[in-house]
This record gives sequence, structure tokens and C-alpha cells, in this order.
Amino acid sequence: MSVETGEAIEVREGVDRETVETVQNMGSYKYGWDTEIEMDYAPKGINEDIVRLISEKNAEPEWMLEWRLAAFRRWQTMVEPKWAMLNYPVIDYQDQYYYARPKSMAVKPKSLDEVDPKLLATYEKLGIPLKEQMILAGIEGAEGAPAEGRKVAVDAVFDSVSVGTTFKDELAKAGVIFCSISEAIREHPELVKKYLGSVVPQSDNFFATLNSAVFSDGSFVYVPPGTRCPMELSTYFRINAENTGQFERTLIIADKGAYVSYLEGCTAPKRDVAQLHAAVVEIVILEDAEVKYSTVQNWFPGDEEGKGGIYNFVTKRADCREARAKVMWTQVETGSAITWKYPSCILRGEESQGEFYSIAIANNMQQADTGTKMIHLGKNTRSRIVSKGISAGKAQNTYRGLVSMHPRATNSRNYTQCDSLLIGDQCGAHTVPYIEVKNTSSRVEHEATTSKVDDDQLFYCRARGIDEEAAVALVVNGFCREVLQALPMEFAMEAQSLVAISLEGSVG
Amino acid sequence: MLEIKNLHVKLEDEDKQILNGVDLTVPAGEVHAIMGPNGSGKSTLSYVLSGRDGYQVTEGEASLDGHDLLDMEPEERASAGLFLAFQYPVEIPGVGNLTFLRTALNAQRKARGEEELSSAEFLKLVREKAKTLKIDGEMLKRPVNVGFSGGEKKRNEILQMAMLEPRMCILDETDSGLDVDAMRLVADGVNALRSPERSFLVITHYQRLLDHIKPDVVHIMSAGRIVKTGGPELALEVERNGYGDLLAEVG
Ligand SMILES: Nc1ncnc2c1ncn2[C@@H]1O[C@H](COP(=O)(O)OP(=O)(O)OP(=O)(O)O)[C@@H](O)[C@H]1O
Ligand SMILES: [Mg+2]
Repeated sequence: MSVETGEAIEVREGVDRETVETVQNMGSYKYGWDTEIEMDYAPKGINEDIVRLISEKNAEPEWMLEWRLAAFRRWQTMVEPKWAMLNYPVIDYQDQYYYARPKSMAVKPKSLDEVDPKLLATYEKLGIPLKEQMILAGIEGAEGAPAEGRKVAVDAVFDSVSVGTTFKDELAKAGVIFCSISEAIREHPELVKKYLGSVVPQSDNFFATLNSAVFSDGSFVYVPPGTRCPMELSTYFRINAENTGQFERTLIIADKGAYVSYLEGCTAPKRDVAQLHAAVVEIVILEDAEVKYSTVQNWFPGDEEGKGGIYNFVTKRADCREARAKVMWTQVETGSAITWKYPSCILRGEESQGEFYSIAIANNMQQADTGTKMIHLGKNTRSRIVSKGISAGKAQNTYRGLVSMHPRATNSRNYTQCDSLLIGDQCGAHTVPYIEVKNTSSRVEHEATTSKVDDDQLFYCRARGIDEEAAVALVVNGFCREVLQALPMEFAMEAQSLVAISLEGSVG
Repeated sequence: MLEIKNLHVKLEDEDKQILNGVDLTVPAGEVHAIMGPNGSGKSTLSYVLSGRDGYQVTEGEASLDGHDLLDMEPEERASAGLFLAFQYPVEIPGVGNLTFLRTALNAQRKARGEEELSSAEFLKLVREKAKTLKIDGEMLKRPVNVGFSGGEKKRNEILQMAMLEPRMCILDETDSGLDVDAMRLVADGVNALRSPERSFLVITHYQRLLDHIKPDVVHIMSAGRIVKTGGPELALEVERNGYGDLLAEVG
């Protein structure tokens, strides 16, 4: 066991809200299935022709191709970053597929009835709520049926191609654009041209640049001024094609005074070939607008030896571009063999606010290096970071966070709370905070704790009849309470189950 | 009901013997009290019976309704009807008291092949029981034992006992740290549960609790053994004279 943190060890007290539901769904890795849908691959490897092919398959205009090519040329001059506390075999970028689409999608279906039934079956396994399943399945009258609970619009990304978008009419009525990014490139070029790459520039980092060259698809959201998006927006990602690099690109724009809550979740089938994933999410938030972005990520983490898990290198960034813009990132990271991910906030506008709530669980041989960056550029900006890292088995879990107060960001505040929980004595938790304060009126607070799952707590639970695995799940869910509460209701439940699933086999 | 024969227990990682041949039988429907000096092994006995790690049984046996307790996991013992009200109830940050209770109750019901309680049924039951123990809604929502006063923790243990309806209840110094009124509440809670099918083993240092919960039998424990067994008058004797004479008498 190794612990690296500057602070004294103490167990934190939790918050006093009732748990939404108890932990269920114990079993083997739940989403480890395979869907036999024929794939249409581009050849292995990456070169200008592959970039051209991807652009052509998406029927893109010339300017988009040029953008991709510029990124590709840039990428060729870059080297993979090695500063993260991650250890994985060398990735041969020429040995990856960069494009795959379900064959039945080569011609887009005219209606959802034509969607491959196997695909619909995968929605079911993913636990997409009945209402959306019905809509996705194209059942007549489903739109009008009363939704149980809040409405969620689903833009399902199956490998590389968006296959169905729901609630389109209702969103259109509100003026919200929610579609695949490839559609946005064709239908809303002025918005895409204006904002794509404006938060995460083409040359930002090795993985983001690669994504810029070869991204296959992803989601696009535009919420017009003064509009509150009438429903939660949700995208379910799955990686399905063997050895296929996944390069999703998401662009969200909240115009002045707009509000939107976006949910992203994903699972992956069992595999024994490591899979590369390099997504980019860009969020632009204008004056008085607010965006909530929630992720529950449970990609296949690999087996007990770490074989076959997903390599996940993600660049997520929100730009609070104008005054009083607000962003809230909430993530539950339980999957992947390797996680490299730092959802960040650029607090440019005066009085803008950034929040980051994170649960990162690493079990067995998983390695996670994740955290956030809060870049305070504007006056009176606020940020809050709550990170809960859980390590079990032989896993390594690193929190890496930057809080930067620039000279002009006077009277700004950051509060960081970073708690690590260790299960067993072969895992590691590392806390790496970087703090830069370049003005005298701003204040940064950092608190960190590291604790072990307490045997007395487990015994207390067991003495009341709760078995050991459920006891661990209960205690860990308690440890994560603050972050789980930040999630939308429907995600909070799933996240709690996920916590239990991902810790299976960590005790006993 | 509970039968302990010649139980010898040492610490797992140390060469330290704590229980040196405990013999104790609690028949169904009876209330037995255990008294004894600090460090005589009372809590250790209750922990070993409920299956806590860190102890090694070197000799002897313990059974509940004829089932070998020592062979079961702690959660199996609980589902079999054993309950320990902890001397030091444990705090579980972030886990709501209600969630904890419901998880425990349904886990036990499931283990026994009974139907799980619905939210509504559960809430109704818990509110009813909490009320008699003067545990308010706010305390039910707070994380398990976190920030509870000493007395609140003990009342919370009794609430758990009332909800789980165990057949064999062990109370380890549940009276310690209680004010006079709280002591009454706890005693009333215990008395309400008394029945011909349910037994109690009440570990205490004071006659006060036994004034309210009238024991059928009182045991004196010393140096890891039951050294004397008698009626309620034994507790009064301890109260009056301490353990000195008693222990000298048994050598
Ligand atoms: N885990 C342990 N490590 C070291 N010593 C232990 C441990 N558990 C029990 N003991 C020792 O065993 C003896 C019996 O302890 P126990 O807690 O059972 O006493 P008790 O009768 O409950 O005392 P009290 O009346 O003070 O509650 C004590 O000397 C105690 O220090
Ligand atoms: Mg004791």
C-alpha cells in the first residue's frame, strides 16, 4: 500500500441525506456481451487517406476535411505524453482501426423501425429506460406516453455512427439542436465552424489532436439564448468493434442565459485485445448560461490480470466564456484498464463558476490518473472540487488536479476536497495537487484525506446481516455520497449499482 | 436457545488467552445478565459469538438453537437470529440510518427466504418503532451513528434490535452513558420485546438497568470464565459490595 498525500489521515464525516436506494445487481461484469452486427471497417492504420476516407464516409464539406488534415499533420509531429502515473504497453497506432460502422447503417434508416433489432437488444442490456426504448424502437404513440420520471433524450452512439435521435420534435420546438456532430457539420456549419476547436484546440494535446483528425462521430448540442432545455440529454456510448479506436467528438454550446443538463454513459463488451479510446468533449458557456455534464463510465476494465480492458484517454473541457457562466462536471469512473482524464473548467467570464465532482474506482489491475483543472482567468470566479478515489485489488488511483489563479482573477476562490479510500493493502492512492496563485486577493483551500475501509464498519454491517460484498458497497457508497448526490436521479441509482459491481471480488 | 460450552478464546495475532472455558446456557424466553470487572472478557464473548475477526477459538463450542454458531459468517449468525447491541456502536459516514436499517432487514429476510419489505411497509414500521424510542425523523435520516450522542447511539442500537426482531439479543453495556429517562426508554424497548421465544443476554455493570429489566439469572464473569451464577440477588450483592468478596469466595 502506498499513500501520497500532504495531509494527515482522517476519516471524513459524510453528509446527512438519505441514500436513494440500496445497492443491488451483484453479479459478474454486467455488460460484457457482444453484439453480432457486421462491421464495415476502414483498413488498419492511420494516414492522410484514412482521414480523407472518414471525412468522405461522413459526407463532410471540404473545410472539415482541411481541418482534419491540419490536425493530422500536427499530430505526426507530437509525442504521446508520459507524465501520468500510468503503466501500459506501447500503443502501435498503425495497428488500430480508425473507422468502423455497423454495416446495416451504411445506408441510414429512414425511421427507427429499420434499426437493427440486435441494436435495440443492446439498449435493453444497457438499461435504457423503457420509455426511451419504446421511442427508439419506433413504437407508435410512444412520444405521447407518460414518461416515468424525468424526460431524457437519447442520442445513441453505436460505435461510430449515431443511429437514432429521439425527442427531436420537442427539442426543435424549444429551438434546441441535438444531433450527431456529423449532421451538425452538414446542417449547422456556421455553429460548428465558430465553436469546434475553440475550447480544445486542434493542437491541444496528443490524444485530442489525434481525435481532431479521425473523430468518427459524437453529439452536438446548441441551446439558444434564454432557453432552458426541456429535458435531460443523454448519450449512451458503446465500443463494439474489436480493436477499433473510438474517437468521439462532442460539442455543447449554451448560449446566453441557457441551461442544459447532459448525461453520458457507456459500457463495453468483454475483449482480450486492448482498445484505444480518445474522446474530446468541448463545452462553450456564454453569459448567465449553465451546463451540467454528468458521466457514468463503466467500460470493460479488463479481467483480474488487466487483460482486455479499454484504454481511455479523454480530453474534456468547458469554457465559461462570459460573465456568470456556470459549469458542473460530475463523473463516476469505474471502468477502463487505463483512465487518463481531466475534465477542466476555464473560468474566463467574471463571476463564472466551475464545479467538479468525481468518483473514481480502480479495482484489480486498473490504473486511473484523473482529476481536473480549474483555470481562473476572470474576476470573482469560484470553483469547487470534490474528488473521491477508491482503490482496491492491485489498482493504482491518482488524483491530479490543477488550480490556477491568474493575475487578473482577483477575489477568486477555490475549494478542493480530495478523499481516498483503500480496500486491501496492495493498492495505491496518490494525490497530486498543483496550485498556482498569481494574485494576492484569491484564496485556495485544499483538503485531502486517505483512509482504509474500516474493519469495524464492515463487521458492524455484517453483524446486522449484510454480507461482506454488500457491506463494502454500502460503506463505499457512503464515502461517495456527496458526489452521488450531484448526479441526476436516474444516474444516481445506476451509479450506486456500479460502485457495487466494480468492487466485486475486492474483499474476502 | 444459546448454549456455550467450555469456550476458550485467544487473540489471533498474539499469544493472549482471553476466555478460559466459558460455560453458559440461556434457555428460550429467559433474560440472563452478565456482570464482571473491567477486562474480564464480557465484550470478547459477545464479539466471538457474533463472529468478529481477530479471535481464535481454541476449544469449546457455541450454538444457537442447535446450530453451530462458530461455523457461520457474521451475517449468517444475524439471519439466524443473533443480535449484538454494541458497547461502542460504529459510525458509517454517508450511509443514512434508514438505508442501513432497510438494507439489513431485507438482507436478513432474503437470507431466510422471506419476501423483502417494500419502502412503504418499511417506513411505516420504522416510524412506529422509532417513536416509542423517541428517535425523531431527523435522526433516522442522518448517517449511521455519525455525530450521535452516546445515549442516541445506544437508543439507535435498540431501534435496530426492534426492527430486526432477533431471537437472541446480546446487549453489551447498553445502559452505559444513558441518562435516567433514556435508560427507561431502553428498558421499555427491551421489555416490549420479551417473549417466550426470545432470549436476552444483558452485559452490565449496574443494578439500575436490572431494576427495569428483571433478569431470571445473573452470571459473574472473571478472568474469562463464569465464576458464579445465581438469581437477581447476585446483582444486588455486586452493587453493594463490589466484586472483592465474591471473587475471593470462588478463588
Ligand atoms: N483485540 C484485542 N487486542 C488486545 N487485547 C484485547 C483485545 N480484545 C480484548 N483484549 C483484552 O481482553 C481483555 C477482555 O476485554 P473485554 O473487552 O472483553 O473486557 P470487558 O469485560 O468487556 O471489559 P469492560 O467491562 O471494560 O467493557 C482485556 O484485557 C482486553 O484488553
Ligand atoms: Mg466490554
